[in-house]
Amino acid sequence: MIKFFLMVNKQGQTRLSKYYEHVDINKRTLLETEVIKSCLSRSNEQCSFIEYKDFKLIYRQYAALFIVVGVNDTENEMAIYEFIHNFVEVLDEYFSRVEHHLPPFFFVLNVQRKFSSNELRKCRNDP
Amino acid sequence: NKNSCVEAGIRGICVGRCKSKEAEIKRINKELANIRSKFKGDKALDGYSKKKYVCKLLFIFLLGHDIDFGHMEAVNLLSSNRYTEKQIGYLFISVLVNSNSELIRLINNAIKNDLASRNPTFMGLALHCIANVGSREMAEAFAGEVPKILVAGDTMDSVKQSAALCLLRLYRTSPDLVPMGDWTSRVVHLLNDQHLGVVTAATSLITTLAQKNPEEFKTSVSLAVSRLSRIVTSASTDLQDYTYYFVPAPWLSVKLLRLLQCYPPPEDPAVRGRLTECLETILNKAQEPPKSKKVQHSNAKNAVLFEAISLIIHHDSEPNLLVRACNQLGQFLQHRETNLRYLALESMCTLASSEFSHEAVKTHIDTVINALKTERDVSVRQRAVDLLYAMCDRSNAQQIVAEMLSYLETADYSIREEIVLKVAILAEKYAVDYAWYVDTILNLIRIAGDYVSEEVWYRVIQIVINRDDVQGYAAKTVFEALQAPACHENLVKVGGYILGEFGNLIAGDPRSSPLVQFNLLHSKFHLCSVPTRALLLSTYIKFVNLFPEVKPTIQDVLRGDSQLRNADVELQQRAVEYLRLSTVASTDILATVLEEMPPFPERESSILAKLKKKKGPSTVTDLEDTKRERSVDVNGGPEPAPASASSTPSPSADLLGLGAAPAAPTGPPPSSGGGLLVDVFSDSASAAAPLAPGSEDNFRAFPKHPRISAGGSEFVCKNNGVLFENQLLQIGLKSEFRQNLGRMFIFYGNKTSTQFLNFTPTPVPRCGLDSLTRTHLNLQTKPVDPTVDGGAQVQQVVNIECVSDFTEAPVLNIQFRYGGTFQNVSVQLPITLNKFFQPTEMSSQDFFQRWKQLSNPQQEVQNIFKAKHPMDTEITKAKIIGFGSALLEEVDPNPANFVGAGIIHTKTSQTGCLLRLEPNLQAQMYRLTLRTSKETVSQRLCELLSQQF
Repeated sequence: MIKFFLMVNKQGQTRLSKYYEHVDINKRTLLETEVIKSCLSRSNEQCSFIEYKDFKLIYRQYAALFIVVGVNDTENEMAIYEFIHNFVEVLDEYFSRVEHHLPPFFFVLNVQRKFSSNELRKCRNDP
Repeated sequence: NKNSCVEAGIRGICVGRCKSKEAEIKRINKELANIRSKFKGDKALDGYSKKKYVCKLLFIFLLGHDIDFGHMEAVNLLSSNRYTEKQIGYLFISVLVNSNSELIRLINNAIKNDLASRNPTFMGLALHCIANVGSREMAEAFAGEVPKILVAGDTMDSVKQSAALCLLRLYRTSPDLVPMGDWTSRVVHLLNDQHLGVVTAATSLITTLAQKNPEEFKTSVSLAVSRLSRIVTSASTDLQDYTYYFVPAPWLSVKLLRLLQCYPPPEDPAVRGRLTECLETILNKAQEPPKSKKVQHSNAKNAVLFEAISLIIHHDSEPNLLVRACNQLGQFLQHRETNLRYLALESMCTLASSEFSHEAVKTHIDTVINALKTERDVSVRQRAVDLLYAMCDRSNAQQIVAEMLSYLETADYSIREEIVLKVAILAEKYAVDYAWYVDTILNLIRIAGDYVSEEVWYRVIQIVINRDDVQGYAAKTVFEALQAPACHENLVKVGGYILGEFGNLIAGDPRSSPLVQFNLLHSKFHLCSVPTRALLLSTYIKFVNLFPEVKPTIQDVLRGDSQLRNADVELQQRAVEYLRLSTVASTDILATVLEEMPPFPERESSILAKLKKKKGPSTVTDLEDTKRERSVDVNGGPEPAPASASSTPSPSADLLGLGAAPAAPTGPPPSSGGGLLVDVFSDSASAAAPLAPGSEDNFRAFPKHPRISAGGSEFVCKNNGVLFENQLLQIGLKSEFRQNLGRMFIFYGNKTSTQFLNFTPTPVPRCGLDSLTRTHLNLQTKPVDPTVDGGAQVQQVVNIECVSDFTEAPVLNIQFRYGGTFQNVSVQLPITLNKFFQPTEMSSQDFFQRWKQLSNPQQEVQNIFKAKHPMDTEITKAKIIGFGSALLEEVDPNPANFVGAGIIHTKTSQTGCLLRLEPNLQAQMYRLTLRTSKETVSQRLCELLSQQF
């Protein structure tokens, strides 16, 4: 199951975070810093899965934007990996060129609107 | 367009325009003042303006500023009939909800109205809000309502979808609040729904529910199989929106396959046949030419394939499918995509443990070894090591161990310790020839000495001592290895120990005469740390017995200032006592005292326990664990005592069992007995305390065991009793525990007729180096009256809180003045992890379902041991109940077995625990298996309970 979903840029700023399990606000910052650090240190030759604490990180990079999903160990890595891409494709269709920094609010507002407009949900993997 | 107006308004306060932080704050304060005045103004705002300002407030909040007003306006928006206004209202509530009681009532009311509105959009917004907030309060208010919406016949598809996901969310946060009822059977039928979105959402929900209530959702199996079959066999255009790059509904397929993994293979042959067909089709598709060259196509296809393989492995019943799965993974092992190689290695690891596919996995050994050498990604190499370990058996052990050893020379530092443990385990497990085993371990020390933990070299010594066929070879090999000009300290330890025991076996050769052996060891002496030097001193005294001709040389060394006056107490004491022993004792006495070590009792390798611990999911914790272990060891100098007297084999044998359950002394547990020799070796401080160093009957030539473990073992299953007693003082205990809290009453009785002065007992939690950052136990107490009259008793109350699971019990340090002398007593307080057990009753079915779910190797800990007490059913039952778990009758099909279940409560987590004890009367052995969701808990409970039988 998905534990959290992060969009972080190369500078380490979180653009979007969604947690599906309660994590304290100050722990989130720490977690996000560590997560992006471990993603940035990896090269293209390395696989897209990182074992991190008691979960696995699955990440993809789109230009300067990293999308990182934290899952538990029963999750299907490949399904999540491709789900990230599907997510980005849907965003792209709506806003074009998602990887370029969106102001956070614009994002939340529109993502919310889209979720309710029922487009993304058909492919959504997990709540 | 009103929406874009709002966005334009927001851009108006967008930070991009502000040059500095101050300018931003100024701009925002101005805006906040403006909004506040609008809200407070006499003129009622229309819906649009209200929405605009609430939206701005939300944006300001997201920029990181506090918002302390506007909640009421947001709640007002909820009752608007316009979608956009309602949406902003809900958005604000979801982000900024607080448990302000009045507002919650209003919000809940608005949600209720929307849920009842029959307007699908409004119902959707309300359900999203419930799910996004997802609090316990929300669950209390709506957990009854949402299932009704979900199964109502007239609910729109989109609403059903939201309702399923909303219920899933509520169930995850507060499972107790979601009532099971007749809706459950109707939910299962959603798997048949026309709308694939509804099916996807329902599958997520059912999978989670079925994990906890398998019986109630059993019917989902056949429905899931038929749904899967329809997807898998559909033409790629059939599913329209749900086809992703020519793969029909990949995510739904994955979910259905996951749902099926909650159950054993279907019993109905028709369903089973259909499922096998599906799985075969999925495997076949992997071999067909791709329908698209896009990587998205193959990724989605492989996601389904990997999940199908997990199901095949989970069922572990169709040899044909297992072998096909293995061949498919074999292809991936050579794929150019790193991701696929990683996943293939990972899946193959589980496949290796199935008897049907073990052989098939083994055929890929060369590819895996090659991966170890050529992969550029450390995580992939790590998987390769795991797989080699999993596929190892007697037939290929020598090759695999050799490859792992050669990889070790260049391996990443982060995985070296784990490889060392794995090599050590494989070498022991599959050794046909113990000479090979000894060589392997010495090679390990040579290549990666720093990563060879005590467990590993203790174990090689155990094995050499227990097998007389390898002793001569071992002596010869260590002697040769010690010739190297620079050798690792661990090698000196092993060498010192083995030559001390078996040096005589090679002394006939003039090249390794006693004096040569001694000089060789002594040449390393000064470069070694204190514990190693202490060990070498024991070797020397053993030499005195083995080779009388070197006795004068050794006595000279012992007499030297650097020994006899060493600043280190342990070294000095050993030197003094050994020197004395060598002078006063007759050869007969020497021969008895310094006799060869008796064989160690056979038991599970402590290395295995260490690896299980090590295989923890969190690398960070691993590091901490290692640190903690080290620090414990440093405390006491854990080197084995080669010179241990033969009359008391068990406690010294214990020295080698760090981390494993302590070997049982044959007699009664050394709790408070007098000055028996056994007690000298028992590590409980209570026994050691009254022994003044240097007293006649004191053989403290042998190092004290660093761990205080046997001391409190009789308190594991009971809460009251006498903890400690000597001539002066008696300590009694009464304790009670509930969930993660406990209270202990400690009674101190003055047995003398004289006052104790400055009486200060202090309980302190024990932990390793990391105690500053992590406390596992909180102990709170008040100081007691510092004077205790003769014959009087004082009482101390200790409040205990268990923060997280722990292994080290706290220690009670007591200091007081008695008749002018200062007394110091330390006793281990019997606060063990099992005290925080809450028993759980469950049916046989539940038990085995849960048992199956906890099937990861890390979650299970097993110990096979000899019974130390008569095997009495009633006593065993009482002990299990005393241990804290529920004793479940009529659960195990074999009535002779005992099973128990319970929850360990700590402040930070609750861990469900299942245990099973299988007695074997004939062999007078037990097998104890613990399964919990947390491996440290499994480990610790198994240790604790094993001591009891």
